[in-house]
Amino acid sequence: MTAANPTTGTAAPPPRARPWTKSKILGHVLMAVWILSGAYLVFYLTTNIGSPFFARYWREYVDGFLVTLQIVSLSLLIGAAISVPIAMARSSSWKLLSGPAYAYVYFFRGTPLLAQTFLIYYGAGSFRPELQAVGLWWFFREAFYCVVFAFSLNTSAYQAEILRGAIQNMPRGQWEGGQALGLSRPVIFFKIILPQALMVALRPYGNEIILMIKGSAIASIVTIYDVMGETRRAYSRSYDFQAYIWAAVLYLMIVETLRRVWDRIEERLTRHLKR
Amino acid sequence: MNEALTLISFGPDGWGDEIASGVLITISLAIATLPFGLILGFFIALAKKSEEPSLRMAANIYTTIFRGLPELLTLFLVYFGVQIAIQQGLRLIGVETFVEVNSFVAGMVALAFVFSSYASEAFLSAFRGIPQGQYEGGYALGLSRFKTLRLIIFPQLIRLALPALGNLWLILLKETALVSVIGLADLVRQSGIAARVTKEPFLFFGIACLIYLVLAMISSFGLTRIEAWSKRGDVVR
Repeated sequence: MTAANPTTGTAAPPPRARPWTKSKILGHVLMAVWILSGAYLVFYLTTNIGSPFFARYWREYVDGFLVTLQIVSLSLLIGAAISVPIAMARSSSWKLLSGPAYAYVYFFRGTPLLAQTFLIYYGAGSFRPELQAVGLWWFFREAFYCVVFAFSLNTSAYQAEILRGAIQNMPRGQWEGGQALGLSRPVIFFKIILPQALMVALRPYGNEIILMIKGSAIASIVTIYDVMGETRRAYSRSYDFQAYIWAAVLYLMIVETLRRVWDRIEERLTRHLKR
Repeated sequence: MNEALTLISFGPDGWGDEIASGVLITISLAIATLPFGLILGFFIALAKKSEEPSLRMAANIYTTIFRGLPELLTLFLVYFGVQIAIQQGLRLIGVETFVEVNSFVAGMVALAFVFSSYASEAFLSAFRGIPQGQYEGGYALGLSRFKTLRLIIFPQLIRLALPALGNLWLILLKETALVSVIGLADLVRQSGIAARVTKEPFLFFGIACLIYLVLAMISSFGLTRIEAWSKRGDVVR
């Protein structure tokens, strides 16, 4: 053993003892439970890869995954497009604009996505003659379009709030600096304010994407065969609980991957802000 | 218009009483879930801020799972999973029966899991807002760890965590709508039945949405009051 102090030859102090405190015992027990259940899950899934259930339904899970992907990406893109005018109206000083925009945001953020989806999908049936007259019935007849429509409106309200919050939280000095340089208001907005605001909004946007992926499971209730829909169909045919286990693993993988990728993107885009 | 009023009126012709019972179930489910979610969330937050790495990790795994799964899937996992687990358990002792889990309880358990994992984050960030000196002050007065937590940290913690918890309450209120899928006669399900029978889906789902809005408004009003109450000790400057 090397001495801590070569001149005097005193030995290094012994490493601090880490006694088995209550929290250490509890932590180890809980971790053991997690590890055991994780190991059992892996064992359960690997033994079931050869099962008739997996052979019969894995293709449908892949289809469901693609449908989920379509619904989520379409809704997010359309929602992003709708959110811009709403955010603008919401931050307008003109009451006639900001009032309805506020009501829109309040309605879609204050009611459950499930009720909104029902309102649009089933509720459209109440206006069938009118919709047929204006030639929009084909749109509201299809569950897929209705779901994308409902999800787009829902996410547009959330995205409008994210956008508005990010833009309004930019310090006034940014505007004043641009004005001092003699830039016009649109140039200041698009070249100075918006890029910084989007940087701030990156994290809430990521959360919104994850919320949308999780929320898209609701589509399965109105006869869409997304991951959840395929799962429910597989379960109702086979009464095999592994249907739900596979879905859980799939959703967890999607969300975790997205979260990690998003963290990477955020780190990369904000690297000039790190000191 | 008169027809619509008859449909939503109370009594034998109207669906008002059915919808009112649905509202009652929605509210009671949310209120029944809240204490479990809060207590579980608080303990998970304690585990997450513990010095013991294994405890932190165990808590993080829990939140990763329940924040990553869609609420609807969690609900089905609990509903069918518990049902199957009980049946398997009974089969082990030689009883072959069909067990059906109460959808209210299943919904409560699933929503409490989800709520607690989000609430733990709210508590954790509130814990971070309390300076270390508050603990040290408590220990210096000779209070035990538990007493410091209860008398000094907890009152401040509630104040810091309230805004985030209020948001979670509003989310919880909306998530109760999912439990209608496993057959609980809540607001959404009752309006769905009314919509199917009367063939007026827009009216009834519109009413359901408006009722959720009113519940949200009442909640935010109450939350503002509670927040004001929690800040009553603040020095007025």
